[in-house]
Amino acid sequence: MYIEDIKKISKEIRKNIIEAVYHAQSGHPGGSLSCADILAVLYFKEMHIKKDEPTLPERDRFVLSKGHATPALYGTLAEYGFFPKEELKSFRKIDSFLQGHPDKNKVPGVDMTTGSLGQGLSVANGMAMMGKLNRKDYRVYCLVGDGEIEEGQIWEATMTSAHYKLDNLCLIVDNNELQIDGKVENVMNVNPIGEKLKSFGFEVIEIDGHNYQEITQAFEKARNIKGKPTAIVAHTIKGKGIYFMENQVAWHGKAPNEEQYKIAMEELK
Amino acid sequence: MDISKKIATRQSYGEKLAELGEKEKKIVVLDADLSEATKTNIFAKKFPERFFDMGIAEQDMMATAAGMASCGNIPFVSTFAVFAAGRAYDQIRNSIAYPKLNVKICATHAGITVGEDGATHQMLEDISLMRTLPNMLVLSPSDDTQTKWMIEAISKLEGPTYVRLARLGTPILYKEEQEFEIGKGIQIGDGIDATIIATGVTVAEAIMAKEELENQGIHIRIVDMHTIKPIDKEIIIRCAKETKKIITVEDHSIIGGLGSSVCEVLAENYPCKVTKLGIKDTFGKSGKAEELMKYYGIEKEAIITAIKT
Repeated sequence: MYIEDIKKISKEIRKNIIEAVYHAQSGHPGGSLSCADILAVLYFKEMHIKKDEPTLPERDRFVLSKGHATPALYGTLAEYGFFPKEELKSFRKIDSFLQGHPDKNKVPGVDMTTGSLGQGLSVANGMAMMGKLNRKDYRVYCLVGDGEIEEGQIWEATMTSAHYKLDNLCLIVDNNELQIDGKVENVMNVNPIGEKLKSFGFEVIEIDGHNYQEITQAFEKARNIKGKPTAIVAHTIKGKGIYFMENQVAWHGKAPNEEQYKIAMEELK
Repeated sequence: MDISKKIATRQSYGEKLAELGEKEKKIVVLDADLSEATKTNIFAKKFPERFFDMGIAEQDMMATAAGMASCGNIPFVSTFAVFAAGRAYDQIRNSIAYPKLNVKICATHAGITVGEDGATHQMLEDISLMRTLPNMLVLSPSDDTQTKWMIEAISKLEGPTYVRLARLGTPILYKEEQEFEIGKGIQIGDGIDATIIATGVTVAEAIMAKEELENQGIHIRIVDMHTIKPIDKEIIIRCAKETKKIITVEDHSIIGGLGSSVCEVLAENYPCKVTKLGIKDTFGKSGKAEELMKYYGIEKEAIITAIKT
């Protein structure tokens, strides 16, 4: 039952992604589609949040460190009810509150402003550290891209997560293996990601990032790990769900034309 | 001015921060392995659970502070100015200034008065970098009294703030009862022969120059510009109208700093000649702080020469 529900929700999120990028004729569909299933489980199963109180101090927090995946984040927030889905059509437009990259002061439900890669895990650490200091039992989730972890600050931040024993923090790596200039392993090899994170002090869980059961179980497991942070390395497919976008680096930051839009929406029916 | 006892503004900061920590429990302090030099170690000893050493990782430190501020805490972040405003500029820009997070960046060891460490550690561009960021309050205190007032004042203000602190000990310029206001320069004297607009460690030099010139029948006034942004336009325009010369002096590059800020105000409101004393588009070098101030022409003698020429 749950799996069927979450499957439906992620399909809706994928539709929202395509709608937003198509109407903007700008944006990043590839890396949004790769993390859509993870966001669906996070927001509709895992996280404790309230759509009417987006800044509740006790809420769980999510930092989209790969800020260019706004279509996925906005698509999820709209699906959850933080703002009307109709607004997605204004994405990236001059009078819209839906900026190209997430803006916490403009969009209800966005916990942190991001966009310049490599900074989100540090921010999430800060939230987790204050959770402990202020004796609040919220959890903090941070999603990074696999290309993004080429940024040195990510590794500074992983040291911090482990040093301060942030077991209320869960890092998710959207391991879709592609970045703008090509395959991650050819542009600047970051592998083996899991082993690196493990040696930096994380409990590492490797999953299929499109398998709802595995995603759900990974979050459950992470919640019960004490004394150290958890990293979920989610093996994903860039462009997942739209056959002509899958594993195509060209769809990192390109909008579909009218024909492609129709084909994509047909596929998501 | 009391020259019998010299105190570095970093020391005043450290002491005040530890004092504030008692009444304001939301204050947390971050440092990047320099707490003994930045004086956040005073706070660390008193409140170890609210002090976070982030190691030698300034970029991580700034963004971590942003996350802390988003939870309603008040992070004070310290390291040397060159590593704060320089190395972690993008983190300050994108994770602090743009989202308007309540992070207090208190950067010590600004300017050539760092001394012996030389150019790599002498931050001469931080005013320029920080004041160009929207939402950023930029402060540069000149003495112990003013620094202590300022640290308490910003702990009660919401928003991103950059405070420029010095390594070099400087005289106490103000009595405890002195009133200060963010955004309001302080006029010292009312001579009409020249106005010296100074900030930070150069204010004491300007006061010494003023005292020496008095004996020679030259009467000047000083503006202590402790708030660089938002700049006090009113006092700049009024002094330009009332005095014969405007001279700015700062332990910072003449590009983008206090001098540039003053020129921007005057160019649009009351065009007149401005003489800028500061580091003239060059990197610093090793030496004693006092020697370097002389070498780069930002101390008493240089100010007197500028007034007489």
